Order: sequence, then C-alpha cells, then structure tokens
Amino acid sequence: MNRLARSSLWQLSLWRFREFAREPEAMFWVFAFPLLLALALGLAFKSRGVEVVQVAVVDGPGAAEITEVLDAGERIDALLLPGDSASHRLRTGRVALVVHPGDPLALQFDSTRSESEVARLVVENALQEAAGRRDVREIRDQPVTEPGSRYIDFLLPGLLGLNIMGTGMWSVAFGIVKSRQDKLLKRFLASPMRKSEYMLSYILARLAFLALEVAALVLFGYWVFDVPMRGSIFALGAIALTGAMAFSGLGLLVASRVKTIEGVSGLMNLVMVPMWIGSGVFFAYSKFPDFMQPFLRALPLTALNDALRAVMLDGAGFVATLGFLGVIALWGLASFGAAVKIFRWQ
Amino acid sequence: MSDLAISGQGLVKHYGAVVAVDGIDLAVRRGECFGMLGPNGAGKTTTIEMIQGLLRPDAGRIEVLGLTWEKNSRALRQRFGTALQETKLPEKLSVEEALLLVRSFYRRGTTVDEVLQAVELEEKRHAWVGKLSGGQRQRLAVACALVCEPDLLFLDEPTTGLDPQSRRQLWDIIMGFREDGGTILLTTHYMEEAERLCDRVAIVDHGHVIALGSPAELIATLGAEQVVEFALENGGSIPHEELQSLPGVQRVVSADGTTSLTVDRVHQSVPALMRLLESRRETLSELVTHHTTLEDVFLALTGRHLRDE
Repeated sequence: MNRLARSSLWQLSLWRFREFAREPEAMFWVFAFPLLLALALGLAFKSRGVEVVQVAVVDGPGAAEITEVLDAGERIDALLLPGDSASHRLRTGRVALVVHPGDPLALQFDSTRSESEVARLVVENALQEAAGRRDVREIRDQPVTEPGSRYIDFLLPGLLGLNIMGTGMWSVAFGIVKSRQDKLLKRFLASPMRKSEYMLSYILARLAFLALEVAALVLFGYWVFDVPMRGSIFALGAIALTGAMAFSGLGLLVASRVKTIEGVSGLMNLVMVPMWIGSGVFFAYSKFPDFMQPFLRALPLTALNDALRAVMLDGAGFVATLGFLGVIALWGLASFGAAVKIFRWQ
Repeated sequence: MSDLAISGQGLVKHYGAVVAVDGIDLAVRRGECFGMLGPNGAGKTTTIEMIQGLLRPDAGRIEVLGLTWEKNSRALRQRFGTALQETKLPEKLSVEEALLLVRSFYRRGTTVDEVLQAVELEEKRHAWVGKLSGGQRQRLAVACALVCEPDLLFLDEPTTGLDPQSRRQLWDIIMGFREDGGTILLTTHYMEEAERLCDRVAIVDHGHVIALGSPAELIATLGAEQVVEFALENGGSIPHEELQSLPGVQRVVSADGTTSLTVDRVHQSVPALMRLLESRRETLSELVTHHTTLEDVFLALTGRHLRDE
C-alpha cells in the first residue's frame, strides 16, 4: 500500500469527496440549481427594447387622422374603435389610454396605472409634435445596456456567494450530523483517528469542488449573459476560498451538537435565511433602513457578496477586498474555534 | 505483565436518576473469550463502552492491556478493534474503501485482502456498503474491527437480528480470532451464543453481575441436567411445594405462565407430574423437556426469562 493510501487525512477527505460525488441530488443542488436560477432570473429581468404603448381612438370626426399620426411613431400602437368598445378595452387593461377626438381633445386614462401615465406622456408628445410644437432644448436618449450595470450583473455574484455559503454549510453540517446519527462518530472515536483530521477532511473535500462550482457559474454568466469578469482571477479565487472555509467553519458550528438531520435543517435555515434576504443576493441591502446597515455589513455573506461584486464588476484588485476578506475570515475562525470547543462526538 | 487483558473494578454509571451500571467488577484474562450475558437494558453496553473509553464511569477503575484511559488513551486505541451496536458504516463507500478508511487510522494492521478473506467478503469488495445484507454488514463491521490486528476485540451484540446462518458464520470468525490468541469481550442476550463462544460468562442484570463462571459451571449450579417446562390450560397453576416433592425435582420456577422444573431424573419426574395433574384435573397446554441452558440459569437467578418475548 502506498503512503498516501495510509494517510488518514487523505482517506477521510476521499470519503467526504466520494460521499458527495456519489449523491446525484447533491450534485444537482450544487451545480445545476444555481445555473437554472441565474438563467430564470436573467431572462425575467432581461432589458427589453423600447416599450410600445397600446391606445384606442374613439371613432368620430378627425379620428382617422389622429390614429395615423399616433401610429406613425414607433412607441405607440393606436386602434380606431367605436366608443363603447374603446372604453371596454380600457376597463379590461388591453389599452392604456383612450383618445376622444374633438376640441379640446380629451385623454381618458387611469392615473394609478403606471403604463397609462407613460401612455399619456407619449401620446401628448406625439400630438403636440404633429401640431407643430418646437422643442426648445435638445435631449438625447442613452439607454443602459452595456454589461456590468444590468440586473443580471448584480445578481450573478450574489448567486455565487449564495452557493458558496449553501454548499459550504450543508456539506459539512449534513455529513457530520448523519455520521453522528449513524453512530459512526462514536465508532471512530473508539479508534485512534485524530479528531482534527476528521474536521479538516470536510474542509479539504469542500475545496475540491469549490473551483468547479465557481468556474461553472462565472463561465455560465460570461457566455450566456455577458456578465463581465473585470478583476483578477486570483482575487476571485482567494475570495471564494476564504468564503468556502469560513462557511465550512460555520457549518461545523451549526452541526456541533445537533443529533438529527431534522434538527440541523431547522438550525441551518435559521442561520441562512436572514442572509438570503439581508446580504444583498437578489437586491441591494441598501434598501434596508439605515440603522440596520452596520449589522447587515457585518454578516459573512454580505462581505462575500460585496467582495465578489467589487472584483467581478468594478475590477477591484486583491488588496482592495482585504477589508471584506477580514470580516469573512473572522467569522470562519470564530465559528471553527467555537465548534471545536463545544463539539459532541456522540 | 499482568495476565489480565481487562480489569474493571467497582464500575458505576448513572444516566440522570437511572443507575445503568451499579458496581460491576470484571476480570478478563488474556486469550479468553469473555461474554456478558443479560437482557436488554441490563447495563452490558454501558459497561463495554466504559471499558472502551467511550463513556467515563462515575466511579471505578479500568485497566485495559495494563494501560489506563487517563494516561495512555492514544496507545490504547491502537490496540483494540471494536464493533459497536447499531453502527452504520459509510453507505456510499465500497467495502474495500471503507476498510481502507478504517485501516488508515492505525499504525499497524493487516491488508484489506487478508481481512476480506477472513470474513469471506472477497466477492463484495467493490459493492457499496449500503447494498450489503444485514449479515454481510455485520461481517464488515467485524472486519473493520480486525483490520488493525488487535490484541483485543470488543463486540457489542455482534449477531443481534441476524439469521441463523449469518450468526454461525460470525461465530466462526470470532472463534478463529480467539484461536489465534486474541482476547474477546462480547455482550449478548443470546444464551446459545454465550455457550458456544465464551470461555467464561458474566450474567448481568440490573447493572450487577449476578453470576460468573464457565457455561458448564453456571449450568452445574442448578444441580441437575434436564429441565421440564409446562403450561396449563386456562392459565392454571399448581402449588410449588407439591411440584417440589415430585421425584427427581431439584428446583421450581414459574414465570410468564410457564413453570420450569429442573430435574435429574426425567424418566421419573415426568410420569409423576402427569399423575399429579390428573389428580388435580388439570390439562396441559404445553410440555417441553430440554438440557439445562444458561437461559435456565438466568431464570433460576431472576425469576424472569432472558428472551425479549
């Protein structure tokens, strides 16, 4: 037998690695699920072209000319309709606004519907322009479509952080609690196995998959949505590594005393759900009130997401993310230390 | 070097208000197979786990292979193998991978091939642990205990829940280890297992050792070689004095609706019992005679059956 096969740290890490690789469900949640989530949200919030408003013009004297004028522009889709049919369409939301020709011309719409407000502005503009209005100031549109500032650009680093947290915590906590439930921990405690090697093996096996996980999401974002990668790969790797180790430590702490899978699931949700919401995964945490900001910033996932965004979107270097890395590492060290202290082997 | 492989003196363990082990003394000699026999909840598992250093006794002294848990725990763990009760080995690993994992914890030991051959699992080498049958799993658990070439083997209920064939297969493995000079401490609630495997048996009940000796010695304490067991229809009973006065009857015990007579002359006792029943107009619902076993010893000592049912 070679020396590596005799090393218990190697064998323990292999065990963790195999346990994970041989569980198709785990592979799905770690690799496929984040990609599907990114795809769904990316498509849902994809920037669309210029929005076209639907309006109806009530039939009568001059109505045909008005319809022609409105329909000429690319932003309006106008229909010539009898009066009752036009109001029916307005009530059922199929048109945003009804034009009643005459002098003065009347625009009928519901001011609480935002697309009706837009329709009013667009229609008024088109009619005034057709009537010979002269603009006194030149204004140019500059639509935001370049990569790096769309929703998907914001989202993808958040999902990456979420995945690093979820996989790190679940793989450690689930593995430990299952071993405790199966009395394997007790069996190994009766052997000369080193406890520190047992704990370390979870972190080592975790790192084996980390590179693949990060690469999958980053490349997916790059190919499918043009999400940029402006900073250094090295900085991204260092952040992912620090994050993965810290969340493994947190997973170890969560699992340090729990006896059942059900128990650990509840505890995991208690720890993770606040971060799902408050750490700026799906929307910026600046939406929360000011007094909450220091607390949100102190969360490990917030620091991880901020660091990932800084590198991917703003092109920050490794040194610029050291503050975030400090917060993450502190969480990792504190929870690992606490876990080793209170850990129950049986 | 002491000729004792294990010495436990005055072991006590409480769980809250419950006393699981109430002053047990054990002395297991090197090279013997020592069994703790008793019903579920007697304190066997607590005792064997205290000796393995998994539980700290509330009182008492433990020495294993001349070493103590306080001073030599790492050295001690290198020298014994164990199969705990209800342990599930990693289900997603193959038999070979699981053995390599356990083997890696120890400095010395056998190869995987040797131990697979010893427990006759060579064909299952590449099968996942989760796909093994109950008997195969238990043989693998024993293989994991043997892979470190231990001086001492702990087996907690090694054959509980197994079919007779798997049980006999495990007995052969255990006897093989014993023949090679190994020492074994096992717990069981099967009297047949204790009789077949053990050089000496401690009968344990309610956290105490209530009898100690070789199976033959323990059976000899009943003073007779045969047991007549009977039950009456309608749950009737006969005064013990009348049964005691029948020819050849040494001892009378009733439990769970059956009465057992320890007798030295079956050919006289049984006809006399029949005449007694007839005169009292009682009808038998069951009548069995068999050689005295450790089960009868337990019954005589506690008035209860060893079996769960």
